[in-house]
Amino acid sequence: MAFSDEALARLEPDVVAIISRYPRRRSALMPLLHLLQSEEGFVSDDAISFCAARLGLTQTEVTAVASFYTLYKRAPVGEYHVGVCTNSLCAIMGGDQILATLEEHLGVVPDEPTSDGKVSVEHVECNAACDYAPVVMVNWEFFDNQTPQSAIALVDDLRAGRPVTPTRGPGRLCTWRQASRILAGFGDGQAAEGPAAGPASLVGLRIAREQGWTAPEPDQPGVSSKPGTPDGTDRPNSTATKGASR
Amino acid sequence: MTDTLTPVLTAHWDEPDSFLLAGYRRKGGYQALAKALAMPPDEVIAQVKESGLRGRGGAGFPTGNKWAFIPQGDGKPHYLVVNADESEPGTCKDVPLMMANPHALIEGAIIAAYAIRCSRAFIYVRGEALQAVRRVQLAVAEAYEAGYAGRDILNTGYDLEIVVHCGAGAYICGEETALLDSLEGYRGLPRLKPPFPAIAGLYSSPTVVNNAESIASVPSILLNGGDWFADLGTEKSTGYGIFSLSGHVTTPGQFEAPLGITLRELLDLAGGVRAGHRLKFWTPGGSSVPLLTDEHLDVPLDFESVMAAGSQLGTRALQIFDETTCVVRAVLRWTEFYQHESCGKCTPCREGTYWMVRVLDRLEHGQGTDEDLDKLLDICDNILGRAFCALGDGATSPITSSIQFFRDEYIEHQKRGGCPFDPAASTLFDSSGPAHALGGGR
Repeated sequence: MAFSDEALARLEPDVVAIISRYPRRRSALMPLLHLLQSEEGFVSDDAISFCAARLGLTQTEVTAVASFYTLYKRAPVGEYHVGVCTNSLCAIMGGDQILATLEEHLGVVPDEPTSDGKVSVEHVECNAACDYAPVVMVNWEFFDNQTPQSAIALVDDLRAGRPVTPTRGPGRLCTWRQASRILAGFGDGQAAEGPAAGPASLVGLRIAREQGWTAPEPDQPGVSSKPGTPDGTDRPNSTATKGASR
Repeated sequence: MTDTLTPVLTAHWDEPDSFLLAGYRRKGGYQALAKALAMPPDEVIAQVKESGLRGRGGAGFPTGNKWAFIPQGDGKPHYLVVNADESEPGTCKDVPLMMANPHALIEGAIIAAYAIRCSRAFIYVRGEALQAVRRVQLAVAEAYEAGYAGRDILNTGYDLEIVVHCGAGAYICGEETALLDSLEGYRGLPRLKPPFPAIAGLYSSPTVVNNAESIASVPSILLNGGDWFADLGTEKSTGYGIFSLSGHVTTPGQFEAPLGITLRELLDLAGGVRAGHRLKFWTPGGSSVPLLTDEHLDVPLDFESVMAAGSQLGTRALQIFDETTCVVRAVLRWTEFYQHESCGKCTPCREGTYWMVRVLDRLEHGQGTDEDLDKLLDICDNILGRAFCALGDGATSPITSSIQFFRDEYIEHQKRGGCPFDPAASTLFDSSGPAHALGGGR
């Protein structure tokens, strides 16, 4: 579909803002693709033409970039795009079962939205949340420590329009298009929502607090406030490990 | 004697506003910036050199040296690019850092930019972590608002523009030169080095590319002194770092400790391998470094000791797998990842990863032959060192190390005509009952 005059006028200030961020126009290509994906839900041929015209590139050059990066979709995905991590760690912790269960439950192939257009599913690579494995992403928000049952409940809620809250993110999940707009550099005012850190992120800090462990003060380097480990054994001074490699 | 854990970057993650400027300043945030801007740039570089800080993105190159390589008085613009495109399998430290403490990253970036005399910095953030993106965007906006970025920072006459640039899903863009191509609006393909980015980086100008955690470590170095940082850790692997434990452990999570801590110590803190099981293999630094086993529990996790043990410290991404795990399945999946993420520029990596998936898939399903292991090792030999970047090298690590330690397990697949492991036994939830279909290949 071609962009309407209304859409073009509305997007123009954003396009100008994106291009002005960079010393060279071509650098604006990735955020522009995110922006146009936020408008249409995917990167259409019209979006390719638009970027080419604005940045002085050929359509081939733009297509080469759009097709290289997996976040740019060349066909519509669901309003809620579900990514199940099946890189080795999450797969083994249960991601394979979660993905198989979701595909069977929804009856869709990867990236194909359900008939109501609400949900699509794909496997994703490691999403930097391995301490919360198995991990499921929806529109790039974290849904930590999933099971096949919790994943089914998640997509059922999304299809039914019930509110869904990411584990570490805003109170309410944004849509695929809204997510693309954030990636284009335009915030949605939700940055301060949700926890600063999830429980796994705090495991080491909690232990340190319990033990009274801290980084040394700058004026007395190397001096420990309370040596020892929780099991009572002293840890060798780190400098003593220098020659201990094998 | 130094404490076992030394929270610095993670020290305030349990405060609800740790990611806001107010929360960061309450804990002394941006004092390092004021201190740095009062120093000549070369003195800032000297402090970072003295600290011994080595790149936290995996390669471990000394950060201060990278900064010092930027030619001065060359009349060209200089650039700082922060690599926050965290995507090495197992690595999960930069995303929580950006979510809970983005201002440490921003403050470090401003100090680094000042040191290398640069007036434009880019933060390349992985796109697939929306709340991390939002928090970095907010932190940059707050920094501008407070006069830490933009024109005439803290009335010193120093100007710096900071741009947050979101990736779009490509592991290869974590490689510094591919990241630069991506930032210039191209497909993320690695460049031949030399020239190194310090000479010809972004837009062919002198550029420093630093990992997010490296940059976030800079304020603590400036505030406490390079010697303070150097006193932590080991002689050649100084300072603290975030260690990420994941997988079959009782309490997975992030542990900030001096370099040189061992997996045994970290596992003790994390409650050990999950109840009733034992350690089989682990990665010390993501999937691109050779696997280690329970023989290596006491290897100090510093650059030199892990190297001497036959692997690499990498990103301190400690993925723990217990005895229920099929190593062939794990390695096949990693190899599928490398095949998918190979940018295709270099033939050995592009073709090699493709064929290694085929051979491993055959082996995992018990249809391998005696020659397949030799074939795999031969392909690895033809990839290692024969591509522009380290992706291909990384792809060989799980294969060669798993054959080294678990050759019998590969052969067992062949003997039994299939995988001897039950995938349901490895999951962190109860998946007994009706068998779940498992797609091996994709």
